[in-house]
Amino acid sequence: MNNNPLKQILKKQENQSQSLNKETKEEFESENIVQLVGFIVGEEEFAIPILNIQEIIKPIEYTRVPGVPEYVMGVFNLRGNVIPLIDLRRKFNLPPAEQTPETRYIVMKHEDNIVGFIIDKLTEAIRMNADKIETPPENLQKEKGMVQGIGKREDKIITILKVDALLKRDF
Amino acid sequence: MEDMREIIEDFLIEAFELIDQIDQDLVELENNPEDLELLNSIFRVAHTIKGSSSFLNFDVLTKLTHHMEDVLNKARRDELKMTPEVMDVVLESIDYMKALLQEIRDTGSDQNSSIDIDEICRKLDAISNGKEIEEISEEKKEQEENNPQNSEEEIDYSNMSKEEIEAEIEKLLKKRKEEDKKRRELKKAQKKLEDKNKKEEKKEPPKPKKESPKPKKEIQKSSPSSLEQTIRVEVKRLDHLMNLIGELVLGKNRLLKIYDDVEERYEGEKFLEELNQVVSSISVVTTDLQIAVMKTRMLPIAKVFNKFPRLVRDLSRELNKDIELVISGEDTELDKSIIEEIGDPLVHIIRNSCDHGIESADERKMLGKPPKGRIELKAYNEGNQIVIEVRDDGKGLDPEILKQKALEKGLISEREAQNMGVKEAFNLIFKPGFSTAKQVTNVSGRGVGMDVVKTNIEKLNGIIDIDSELGKGTVIKLKIPLTLAIIQSLLVGVQEEYYAIPLASVLETVRISLEDIYMIEGRNVLRLRDEILYLARLSDIFGVEQVYDTSEHAYVVVIGLAESKLGIIVDSLIGQEEIVIKSMGDYLQGIEGIAGATIRGDGRVTLIVDIAALMELSKNIKTNIVEEAKRPKKVKNSPSDYTVLIVDDSKTDRAIMKKALSKLGINIVEATNGVEALTIVKSNKYDLDTILVDIEMPRMDGYTLASEIKKYSRYKHIPLIAVTSRTSKSDRLRGIEVGMTEYITKPYSPEYLVNTVSRNIKLTTTEMAK
Repeated sequence: MNNNPLKQILKKQENQSQSLNKETKEEFESENIVQLVGFIVGEEEFAIPILNIQEIIKPIEYTRVPGVPEYVMGVFNLRGNVIPLIDLRRKFNLPPAEQTPETRYIVMKHEDNIVGFIIDKLTEAIRMNADKIETPPENLQKEKGMVQGIGKREDKIITILKVDALLKRDF
Repeated sequence: MEDMREIIEDFLIEAFELIDQIDQDLVELENNPEDLELLNSIFRVAHTIKGSSSFLNFDVLTKLTHHMEDVLNKARRDELKMTPEVMDVVLESIDYMKALLQEIRDTGSDQNSSIDIDEICRKLDAISNGKEIEEISEEKKEQEENNPQNSEEEIDYSNMSKEEIEAEIEKLLKKRKEEDKKRRELKKAQKKLEDKNKKEEKKEPPKPKKESPKPKKEIQKSSPSSLEQTIRVEVKRLDHLMNLIGELVLGKNRLLKIYDDVEERYEGEKFLEELNQVVSSISVVTTDLQIAVMKTRMLPIAKVFNKFPRLVRDLSRELNKDIELVISGEDTELDKSIIEEIGDPLVHIIRNSCDHGIESADERKMLGKPPKGRIELKAYNEGNQIVIEVRDDGKGLDPEILKQKALEKGLISEREAQNMGVKEAFNLIFKPGFSTAKQVTNVSGRGVGMDVVKTNIEKLNGIIDIDSELGKGTVIKLKIPLTLAIIQSLLVGVQEEYYAIPLASVLETVRISLEDIYMIEGRNVLRLRDEILYLARLSDIFGVEQVYDTSEHAYVVVIGLAESKLGIIVDSLIGQEEIVIKSMGDYLQGIEGIAGATIRGDGRVTLIVDIAALMELSKNIKTNIVEEAKRPKKVKNSPSDYTVLIVDDSKTDRAIMKKALSKLGINIVEATNGVEALTIVKSNKYDLDTILVDIEMPRMDGYTLASEIKKYSRYKHIPLIAVTSRTSKSDRLRGIEVGMTEYITKPYSPEYLVNTVSRNIKLTTTEMAK
């Protein structure tokens, strides 16, 4: 009986070291964790890396710019900066839709380039292990390389967009 | 240690500024060698740098400035004449000073620098001892021979063994100690000298010279550095400030919005007045603050121009030519980032003018030109650009020779050469690898320079324009857009859109009748006094959606660029406003016809038109304005062509109105509150003829809705009919204020409603009968 406390202590230590191991394991894994923000355009769910998002705002007024493709809606004022606005529906050749209370502008940045995108709805912030992301199939890669990968989740798949390609002027 | 670094940084900034100043002063001094004030201020610069550098233990720099000081002091006391030869040495010593300062900036010390100042110090000494330059160089050679120290300094440490290095270090340490000792002695001597100087300065007043009565004061007046009351601020801090102000503007906008809501809810309350005062004063101050910070980023172009007198002076001596540089417009302000980029291209252009442009004095005499060549450097505002002009009176460019050279070098094909215009031929000098100089000199001719000019100016989105006349000279104009600059603009309205036209390009505005327009060669023209003016509608150029028909009258904004003019037809003139040009980001850079954007007081973005591009774009527009105006407008024949919008939060009220109006056979659209109604109006889905507005509604009341609707040019004249149970006189007055045309009080008879509506939409009874 008197060695019971000792056993307890040993067990406790064992447990501790195990949980420690678990932690370090998680930490190790977190290096491969990608943080994304999911949103819906049309019927499909897309995601972009959280680090490329400067901010997400409710729709505000914009000014039309002449001589640009249809999907460039114009420019808007983001606290004194003039930011281009792109309708992702039109960019993806989907029929345009009315704004709803869930419509948002996602302001994305890549290096010094900042552009706002109109999306239909935000879904959630996603943490995803990098190995769950696959390279896009051939037929998707053709689409001006806008797709970075396909993220697999338990119940659905998400198209992860390449921000630098989205922000690249193609006209 | 931290303190020390800060002091050193301050010292460096100050020193570089002083040196810029000294460079200019010295060149000026060469022209007026007798100017005692100039000499004094130059002496003071050398003295200041010496003082600070000895305090900071920059021994090499101290030594150099000390020698300079000797020379300048002599000159100041009239013991030495500032001949060009002396000047060369002084200027050279300043170059060494710059090099040393750079070394200090990069490495934090001037000890292990590879810059050898012994020679220049000897030259300076020799001058102050009154020797001629030739003697100096001879002496220098001699000294070099019996001075083993020089060769010692070039020992290659990397090839040494450990022991050798240790020995070397010991040796150097010893040397250093000796030097320290010497320096201490030197300092003592210096101090004595300084004291002496001070005494002498004090003695100055009684001298019978003109400037002498109040020498101190006059010196202060003449030197700009002491006049300007400035604080040095890091650019990063300014940027940070700008961002903060951005946030402040956002806060202000929200405050205004909230105030509007509060005003509605607590109408007539006493505290509103006070709140209004605070809100409006905050918004005014915020705007002013924003502009003030923007202006802090602007610098006069003098910062760049100041380098050039020295450059031209050195070049003219090197090339053995006589060249005069005339600078004007140095007060023109440019954003700091542009100032930084513009220096290099200008250096290349000016070098080119000195080397290739200006002929030698003999040549010029033979050609009957004044022997002294002249280069003009000029900066001025033109529209939304800054123009920097370099004009020389040299030999000019020969398009034929340029073409031939380009052909020889294989830069263009035979065919291209044949089809090439004069201007295009001039532009050949910007091709990489192109050089017309017969021989490569120290100065130019390597075929790199002008290429650099082109790339740098392109980076700034600028334009280069060359004009040249053989035998007369060349003019190179750099036109640089003022990103971030503040300009005056004329705001115009086209349908529902607004545009800003740089006021500098606006010659006049006229109101014309469409009948005055006629067609020549497929283009619309207007006879304005004795001139024929081409016309184009801004809505055609920018493809503005036609939401309402234009009236028979039009406003014409006459714009001018260089020698050409164009009349732009707009729907309304809003007014003049000071705007801040902002870029539209990388993504929308260089959209044709648009020079940039600006943010107006209400937070909306307004685009700024690019005059030059507008002129080009207008050439392709073939719309016949008169024909289009005559084209039959949509005529409303039957009641079903008419649409009425009913705005009321009560379903019953809407149903009553709908029932009454259904007899007319017109279309009816419904909205349950002001916000919804406004969305319908904005969407342009319906061509509304009148709007029935309830006053009391949730989210947005009838008054606010009415004033919002009136903001749309299309519905500026739409009849608004208030349908309300509010009957007081003040309510009616407020209705008129916001633009209600009719006021129906509840309850009303259906007939009265029908009559009022049909009268307002001009629906005749005969049509009704159908």
